Amino acid sequence: MNWEFIHKYWPLYEKAAILTVRIGLLGILAAALIGVIAAFIRYRKIPVLNKIVAFYIEISRNTPLLVQLFFIYYGLPKVGIKLDAEVCGIVGLAFLGGSYMAESIRSGLESVDKIQHESAISLGLSNRQAFTYVIFPQAISTSIPGIIANVIFLLKETSVFSAISVMDLMFTAKDLIGLYYRTTESLFMLVVFYLMILLPVCILGSIVERRVRYAGFGT
Amino acid sequence: MSDVVLSIKDLHKSFDGNLILDGINLDVKQGEVIVIVGPSGCGKSTLLRTIKGLETYEIGSISTTDPKAQVGMVFQNYELFPHLKVIDNIILAPMKVNGTPKSEAKEKALEFLDRVGLKDKANSYPRQLSGGQKQRVAIVRALIMNPEIMLFDEVTAALDPEMVREVLDVMLGLAKQGKTMLIVTHEMQFAKAIADRVLFLDGGKIVEENTPDEFFTKPKTKRAKKFLNVFEFDAIR
Amino acid sequence: MPDLGLDVLFKGSNFLRLLEGLSEAAKISLIAIAISIPVGLLVGVLMTSKNIILKVLFRVYLETIRIMPQLVLLFIVFFGTTKTLGWKLDGETASIIVFSLWGVAEMGDLVRGSLVSIPKHQYESSKALGLSKNQTFLYVIIPQTVRRMIPLSINLITRMIKTTSLVLMIGVVEVLKVAQQIIEANRMSSPNAAFGVFLMVFLLYFVLCFVISSIAGMLEKRWS
Repeated sequence: MNWEFIHKYWPLYEKAAILTVRIGLLGILAAALIGVIAAFIRYRKIPVLNKIVAFYIEISRNTPLLVQLFFIYYGLPKVGIKLDAEVCGIVGLAFLGGSYMAESIRSGLESVDKIQHESAISLGLSNRQAFTYVIFPQAISTSIPGIIANVIFLLKETSVFSAISVMDLMFTAKDLIGLYYRTTESLFMLVVFYLMILLPVCILGSIVERRVRYAGFGT
Repeated sequence: MSDVVLSIKDLHKSFDGNLILDGINLDVKQGEVIVIVGPSGCGKSTLLRTIKGLETYEIGSISTTDPKAQVGMVFQNYELFPHLKVIDNIILAPMKVNGTPKSEAKEKALEFLDRVGLKDKANSYPRQLSGGQKQRVAIVRALIMNPEIMLFDEVTAALDPEMVREVLDVMLGLAKQGKTMLIVTHEMQFAKAIADRVLFLDGGKIVEENTPDEFFTKPKTKRAKKFLNVFEFDAIR
Repeated sequence: MPDLGLDVLFKGSNFLRLLEGLSEAAKISLIAIAISIPVGLLVGVLMTSKNIILKVLFRVYLETIRIMPQLVLLFIVFFGTTKTLGWKLDGETASIIVFSLWGVAEMGDLVRGSLVSIPKHQYESSKALGLSKNQTFLYVIIPQTVRRMIPLSINLITRMIKTTSLVLMIGVVEVLKVAQQIIEANRMSSPNAAFGVFLMVFLLYFVLCFVISSIAGMLEKRWS
């Protein structure tokens, strides 16, 4: 292991990691937003929209992110939709993640007993108030382990962005391997940086999961 | 009949082709306590749910004399909101529906909780309470909206026997205060004690309507007699 | 109608070549699955033993595989081991190694999970009926485990197929690579080929994974 090499190129990885995290976070936020809306549509079985969302979920879950990205990045410009690589990454991640988020949130919504809604209505709350104050908060707390698993999954998926020439961690590693043949050092830094990004989320995930599973509200 | 608060006329409801309510007629007077009994599946819970507006119906009408009258309902499994503390369960509706300021709603909630002996549980979560305590909170939560009529749907059916009493006592207290109540229950002794009128439902119809003393000692109809017999056993030795 | 570059697909053997590319991806995942199922079963059963060292070792292995993006694993095996171990590894072999390591870990965990999820009273009531340990396993535990596991393992297969798209990045000629080649070759005659060809790749993956996951969904519904 050549520590001098590592020292020299560490800042390059730092920059790439920041880019990875930035695209990742923006994509995940957008995915969560899509997820909430799509889950709501599925849960309420809103006509027409429900069918569209179901179709979107199947498409999104049954295709690889890399293929989605190639289509968005190389295919769409041919019909006049030109996005730069970073935006493509965010759009792709949101398109992929939206369906995963939607399914997690929907299963949370469905885990809340229907009579909780009736009980809220019985107190005079409107449908919207019942959803906002009674159903949604309960649903989210059961969805959280699933949501965190999705966040981890999506952060890992960001590794394919290098294929559309986003200068992320993978791109940097491949570049350094190609340029200097410093394979061990380049891969070592790659692993270290991914661990720095992913480990905290994984640990948070297992803590939250334990709390939700064994405790719930009020302990 | 100015003291009728709730009037049900020729109510029919079916579900999946089965007639569940088959022509119910009922006038409820101010301050009256009506107990509804009957075999399971007779439609008694559906009747309460339909009055509350949780179920739709095909024929007939349900009307309150005061169109703005609130109807409160308490369920078998309490249905407290598990993510909210006891106090927040109670003040949610006053705040969101009536726009009552939080401090005022809280004050009132604590006063109500005190009356059912649960003031010290205000900051507990539902899962930290016993079944009987949960059900008393559920009653308080409905009462704080100041309903004209209270509906109780088998509120002691899910409770351990030793907790039934504390809930029934709260209901007896309400009856004494003159609250109008419709109660579906299997507690026959309690029904006898609290009811002004007993309705016996079978097959979606009111088969017998009687005073509690009459109903439980010498019911008029055969079906009611058979139903009440279920609760008695002949000595085998 | 703007030129969507769809005509390229029907030129010569282009469409067939795309399918061949897809079958390369399918081949990698099928070989990996064929390795993962038996080894994963063995590993999963071993995991339910009470040996602490085995358990810790497996946990470390599983979590290591799980936390790293698959592309990083591919890079490590493809670039890393060739350097440190000095062997020559082509992209396809490297992919099969990574997918098998991943598959064994996930299968092992699935098997372990479904074995421990069988309630204890199932063992007790079997014993009470006079069944031997082997009989209990054969007639009571395994049928229940299999039912829980099959839909989950099919899901794993679709995840693998989707992930095969990554092997492009270590130089395996699979469907995306073929797509790139076709687009490149027809750059002059149909400049918009990228749209049509990548759309087709998208649809091919969709059809393949959708069919497989629909089967999993049906089985799950039937057996739940």
